[in-house]
Amino acid sequence: MNKIWLIIQREYLSRVKKKSFLVMTFLVPVLFIGVFGLGGYLVANQNEFGDKKTVQVVDESGMFANKLRNGNNIEYSYSTQSYAAEKAAFAKSGRTYLLHIPASLTDVQLYSEKKASALTIQNIETELSDVAQTSRLLTAGIDTAMLTKARKPISVEARQITETGEKDAQTYVAYAIGFISAMLIYMSLLIYGSQVMRGVIEEKVSRVVEVIISSVKPFQLMMGKIIGIGLVGLTQFVLWITLSLILSTAAGTLFVHNTQPAPVQMAQMHGVTTPGTAIAATGQAPDNNMGKIMQSLDSIPVTYTICCFLFYFLFGYMLYSAVFALVGSAVDNETETQQFMLPITLPLVFTLIISMNFVIHNPDSSLSVWLSMIPFTSPIAMMMRIPFGVPAWQLALSALFLVLGFLLTTWVASRIYRVGILMYGKKASYKEIVKWFRYNE
Amino acid sequence: MISIRNIVKQYSGHRALDDVSIEIEQGKVFGLLGPNGAGKTSLIRIINQITAPDSGEVLMNGQKLGQEHISRIGYLPEERGLYKKMEIGEQILYFAQLKGLSKADARARAKYWFEKMEITGWWNKKVEDLSKGMQQKVQFVSTVLHEPELLILDEPFTGFDPVNAELIKNEILELNKKGATIIFSTHRMESVEELCDSIALLNLSHKILDGKMKDIRNNNRTGTYILKYEGAALVPSATQPFTIVSDNEFDGGR
Repeated sequence: MNKIWLIIQREYLSRVKKKSFLVMTFLVPVLFIGVFGLGGYLVANQNEFGDKKTVQVVDESGMFANKLRNGNNIEYSYSTQSYAAEKAAFAKSGRTYLLHIPASLTDVQLYSEKKASALTIQNIETELSDVAQTSRLLTAGIDTAMLTKARKPISVEARQITETGEKDAQTYVAYAIGFISAMLIYMSLLIYGSQVMRGVIEEKVSRVVEVIISSVKPFQLMMGKIIGIGLVGLTQFVLWITLSLILSTAAGTLFVHNTQPAPVQMAQMHGVTTPGTAIAATGQAPDNNMGKIMQSLDSIPVTYTICCFLFYFLFGYMLYSAVFALVGSAVDNETETQQFMLPITLPLVFTLIISMNFVIHNPDSSLSVWLSMIPFTSPIAMMMRIPFGVPAWQLALSALFLVLGFLLTTWVASRIYRVGILMYGKKASYKEIVKWFRYNE
Repeated sequence: MISIRNIVKQYSGHRALDDVSIEIEQGKVFGLLGPNGAGKTSLIRIINQITAPDSGEVLMNGQKLGQEHISRIGYLPEERGLYKKMEIGEQILYFAQLKGLSKADARARAKYWFEKMEITGWWNKKVEDLSKGMQQKVQFVSTVLHEPELLILDEPFTGFDPVNAELIKNEILELNKKGATIIFSTHRMESVEELCDSIALLNLSHKILDGKMKDIRNNNRTGTYILKYEGAALVPSATQPFTIVSDNEFDGGR
């Protein structure tokens, strides 16, 4: 036990003392915020950054002339010529699109030199439908004032009723937290897991392992390395969380007292329909929403979420890093690892994609529940579910499975590791590895 | 000191050691000889408890090998290994602590050995900044720092220039004089011949010969001598009757 502690110490200190650790600790949050902020900023300011698209409208119905509103980077102009003439002249016109609206309003066509983007088509469709609807209602004898009144949007506020009372559901905040924590778990499992692998390879290649194995058991060396690097990760997360809590508290006090709605951005928010951009938009519109988010953070159990995150990071990491250590012990250099990497990264990538596209919308579906139970997928899937509320028994069961999965994986990995680290120059195949597993001692 | 009894070690495909038994006496210098792939490293790994034999046992001072023996053995592997990015002093302390030394003890002894090896002032250097010979010295220090009763040295002189090889050799002999039992493992017989009290010869997983150096020399005398001659070609004649077994000629001297 004393020796494993020495190994943990060395693995931990040799990494924490590096300059790159300090740089990572402060740079990653900045980069993270930068990437999300930039993404959100670009989405919010598409009109400025996107390329202008000009649409020449040939309107044979007479319903749309000068009524289509420019916006979303689309500018409409109206043709006085016939459709055939416009079509013939289109290639040289310099316009992006040619929109043909027949009198019947069926079979509307959009021509362009390059393929039209799906978003543009959607925008034009919405605009056309909108104008057509208004026009039809006016024809039916409804006056403009009435129409404006009828068109007034209704917003829905999501509230949760639980045994302890009711509260704001804060769906968007749950989205954001689920999304970010799943992403963080995914990244950190890969980053720290491959650090373990590289550490094992380093010891094997430099033959340090033979010196150490004559003093400690291979299992102690493997666990010492895994725990040491895990603590590095934990330190980094605790620093990140502390930093961001300080920052957000500071931001909170600043914005809660200063919540003036910014109408322009509010208007843009309505156009956003896809969930991915919605999250980005929630994050990027700080002027009017930051205060709300800060208030709503109170409604999300922060400590509970952080504890869950640290638990799933730690055990998810230990589970995966045991497999990473196994791979490291089986190869002679880093380039050889590739054939073994796919089976490790596949479940991770798979879970992340399913989580971001399915679990986040259906956190209580049976697929989501299953994914959050299986040890290899649960760290990511469960973190995606937790902000939406998970029954205690599911959380307990998932945690239990994860710990059991970790124990089993470590046992298997260590049996292979102890043989692999002493094998030089032998090309490891899956068959060979199974053989190593069966060796007695 | 060490009794190796009927050791068998099987790897997938081949048998690395087949019923090998060797006795190593307390306080002696023992040579474990044999060509590459004979099973020397496999045997050494078993004595170091890095791997376990499939059958047979190893006794140290009459006791079956166990955890408590780890701190009493010093092992210099053939493939030397140090952490490249770690400072030398730190590294020496780390290895010594893994062998059960306290940090303070390890520090004091390291100072002593650094002076002896003429490497004082390297304490804060990183291994990657050193030449190979210098790394060997560091590795040697980390092998002997915990004052092991048994020193196992696998090809200890490779990588050293003649001056430093001599320095290391003298240190080893001095440790032997102070009571340490030494096992040399090598495929280069001539490098240890003068040092060894007894030897064992391994070939193709079997022990083919062992005993005291002196006895082996005497018992294996066949009266055949290699004669090297410099000068004009010799031709046997009636007055000078001899047969030429090998007549390699080398131009330009020896």
